[in-house]
Amino acid sequence: MAIEIQPEKAQHPGGRGPGGEARRRPWWMRPAFHTGIVGGVIGYLVGHWLGNFLASGYSQVQNSGQNDLAIVLGYVVGTVGWLAGLGVFNDLLRQMAGKPVPVLEEEHAAAAGMARYFRYSLDHKVVGIQYLVGMIAYFLTGGLLAMAIRTELLSPSYHVFSSATYTAIVGEHGTMMMMMMSSVVLGPLGNYLVPLMIGSKRMAFPRLEALSFWLTPAAYLVLLSGLLWGGYPFGWTGYAPLSVQATQGADSYAVAFGLMGLSLILLGFNLVVTIICYRAPGMRWSRVPIFVWANLTTGLIMVLAGPVLVGGMYMMITDRTVQTAFFTDDLGGSSYLYQNLFWFFGHPEVYILALPGFGIVSEILPVFCRKPLFGYRVAAAGMIGVTLLSFFVWQHHLFVSGINPDMRPLFMLTTELISVPTGFIYLVAMGTFWKAKIRFTVPMLFALGMYFNFLIGGITGVFVSDAPADTTEHGSFFVMAHFHYTIMGGLIFAFMAGLYYWLPKMMGIRLNQTLGKIHFWTMFIFFNSTFLPLFAVGLAGQPRRVYTYARNLETLNDWVSISSFLLGVSILIFLFNFVMSTVFWRVREVSNPWQSRGLEWQVPSPPPAGNFARVPVVLSAPYDYGDPGAQPVADLDPPAGVLSAAYAGAGVEE
Amino acid sequence: MATASEAPAAPSAGPGEPRHGLRIFLIWLPLALIADLLIVFVWGPHLPPGAMSTSARSQQVDFIVLGAMAAPVMLFVLTYFGYALIVWRHREGDDTDGPPIHGNTRIAATWIVTSSVIVLALAVYGTIELWLPAGAGAGEGNTPIWRPSGGAALQVQVIGQQWRWTYRYPQFGGFETTALVLPVGENIQFNVTSLDVIHSFWAYQLAVKADANPGINNVAYTKPLHTGAVQVRCAELCGLWHADMTTSGVVVSVAVFRAWASATETQLAALTRNLPPYALTYDANQIPQLGKAFTAPPPAGAGLSGAGGGYYGGQYPVQP
Repeated sequence: MAIEIQPEKAQHPGGRGPGGEARRRPWWMRPAFHTGIVGGVIGYLVGHWLGNFLASGYSQVQNSGQNDLAIVLGYVVGTVGWLAGLGVFNDLLRQMAGKPVPVLEEEHAAAAGMARYFRYSLDHKVVGIQYLVGMIAYFLTGGLLAMAIRTELLSPSYHVFSSATYTAIVGEHGTMMMMMMSSVVLGPLGNYLVPLMIGSKRMAFPRLEALSFWLTPAAYLVLLSGLLWGGYPFGWTGYAPLSVQATQGADSYAVAFGLMGLSLILLGFNLVVTIICYRAPGMRWSRVPIFVWANLTTGLIMVLAGPVLVGGMYMMITDRTVQTAFFTDDLGGSSYLYQNLFWFFGHPEVYILALPGFGIVSEILPVFCRKPLFGYRVAAAGMIGVTLLSFFVWQHHLFVSGINPDMRPLFMLTTELISVPTGFIYLVAMGTFWKAKIRFTVPMLFALGMYFNFLIGGITGVFVSDAPADTTEHGSFFVMAHFHYTIMGGLIFAFMAGLYYWLPKMMGIRLNQTLGKIHFWTMFIFFNSTFLPLFAVGLAGQPRRVYTYARNLETLNDWVSISSFLLGVSILIFLFNFVMSTVFWRVREVSNPWQSRGLEWQVPSPPPAGNFARVPVVLSAPYDYGDPGAQPVADLDPPAGVLSAAYAGAGVEE
Repeated sequence: MATASEAPAAPSAGPGEPRHGLRIFLIWLPLALIADLLIVFVWGPHLPPGAMSTSARSQQVDFIVLGAMAAPVMLFVLTYFGYALIVWRHREGDDTDGPPIHGNTRIAATWIVTSSVIVLALAVYGTIELWLPAGAGAGEGNTPIWRPSGGAALQVQVIGQQWRWTYRYPQFGGFETTALVLPVGENIQFNVTSLDVIHSFWAYQLAVKADANPGINNVAYTKPLHTGAVQVRCAELCGLWHADMTTSGVVVSVAVFRAWASATETQLAALTRNLPPYALTYDANQIPQLGKAFTAPPPAGAGLSGAGGGYYGGQYPVQP
């Protein structure tokens, strides 16, 4: 296992240059959030000017006096400026100029304060917290948009929003949730915890890690700026003839989605390499925590599916700006091409949103059942199986589209087969429950809620995968309810479980447990009360993304809307708890409050810089609860000879 | 699949320990039976999309079969979870850990085989359900492989555009109308296409859904079994007035349909001559000529109104 065998000196990414002088500048001169904003604004203006200079003569958005190339270049150069302002390219440029790359003392001097969270930090724990706050902000934005949708749907006829505003809101909500939330677990929890769980001092590529985060605020702002252009009328899928015709908002959609795709690729790549190459000695594949397996498989999907998305968005941008015709049927292109590209990314994306949730609940279950994880290999195999199969199911989104209809039985088969490895998480859970001592802590409640919701989401998934039944379900609220059950009910519940479980580790403080229980019960009840009726609404014939609907569905829709507002209240309870607990109350938590055997819990909370004083030697599996003969999970202070022996491939057997 | 440290198999409980597996089974069995009986006999006949056409009826059966398969699985998991959470909950003052069971090959293998058999059976069943009722009402593209038996079908071309549906009847001179009128008991072949962006033709009561792609002819089959009203909606987001892209259709008796079609053909003959000749797909350049179809009066007593009756005026529909 390739690990650093010199544990004495903490690894400084980039390395300390021989003449690395510590240069102290006033705070406003140091690259951080504010210089990033300045860079972004300058970049946008430069890019916009360049685009107008190049293309205003031949390409204009109808009735607007704008041209798409200017907008796209504005966004792209603005993003580059934002990154440059943050200092992303500083070390790169120094290295290209042959200068030593200093690890500035100020970075470590500032490392204690809040300032590091606003900077291009290479510490995986800082990036984890940055991701956490960012993801919660994106999630809340998407949630507010969802409640705007439900406000409009309170009435089948009376309109709060115009159809244009409503369609823009629907598109923003869908895109925000599907693209920004795709790193909701791997970003915060993966970046923060994976090195701790595998006994590494850092991630493999700290710069890529930081870059993957700092791309997300850019994507978020670019996406939201679409509203200033009047939004885009094609939802989160962006089907081609419509998206190529749409006005400026479509540029923000394509650029934002492309940026987020880039971020996903970097995030996944970094995690995969870290997990493969940075495991501590003794951290064999049979001892890797199941959450790390989830990160590995999800990272693989991100690396393999992300490029298809970026390619698709790039084609859409060139179609819109320089008038290539990838998706224009008349000119030799095909609107089917976009659908294929999009769903070739889009379906694996769904498992990007599901697997981390499986990982979290499977990781939490043994701790609160006080039992080993049942069928560890089955759980890992299930995740690998889902990963592989996820690339062979995408055409089930196109069952009624008219593409190769004779292949429908095949895609129906692959889609239904994927429920077998997905079902393993239930086998694992039920086996772990057998004669357990189940403790109903807040993380456990959320994990149980996830199992309940995902059961409904998974079973209705079988209904949707069935091609004949899908004829009625496709494009209706049934599908919408189905994937909200898997993503909101699965991923977000699991994320909450992970947050309540790991926040004591990440911040050393405890979230209020009473508020946590109130949060769980309100969220669980109102989530189900929001989305369960939508199955019926869909089967009764309400298509998705409509702002007006049949009058006889008003009662159900009102019920759903009111439930969704109450669901919003429950998220407010969470937000209140999160802010008060982390900022004001700050109740200290003991370093291992759950008596977990996980390696991440064997170091103090929050972990010191460099995580481990010395590279630990892992001695046993993380789930050996109830086994009196079980060894401690790791030796955190191994004798001097052990590491080199491990590196030579000998020793450290049990 | 179990790890090396094999624990005693789950069902062999210690002395004095109740037989948990048997208990869970005995709780689950009646629940599953009741649920399946309810789904098949009580709920089933009322499940959407009804029984107005061959495709609707087959999909209703499909929903019943899927529901009858899914309910026991779901109930088993829920029963197990409920039992576990009550019986195996943590008791106050008990700080010991549970038994170190790492896995059980027999149980894991049983689970895997059972779930695989269920999904393979469902896939086979789904294929048959797709095959027998001629594609189950779904769009089959330009070269459908599952066609209805029994002679030539009535062709109805469905043209989607932002934001309305129009219908052409090529076997009646290719006249174009905003009213979808179908005869009962005859095979219908929908040729679905679009003039601009992707729409999805969804005739809810007939359980027909086919994407309308520009430049592509997407064929779907059904056979109406009863007369009555049909709601047509658009199931693929197609822009601002996607929600308003609805028409009502109607299934009438064969005689009424023939009379309506011949009368309309004669009445619209002059207009039909100005339309582009009937084709499976249309060039985008011809969009201005299409979509200005005369709204044919519906057959007497059919009760056609609303969107089918010239709901949209001008180039864009006004906001309702």
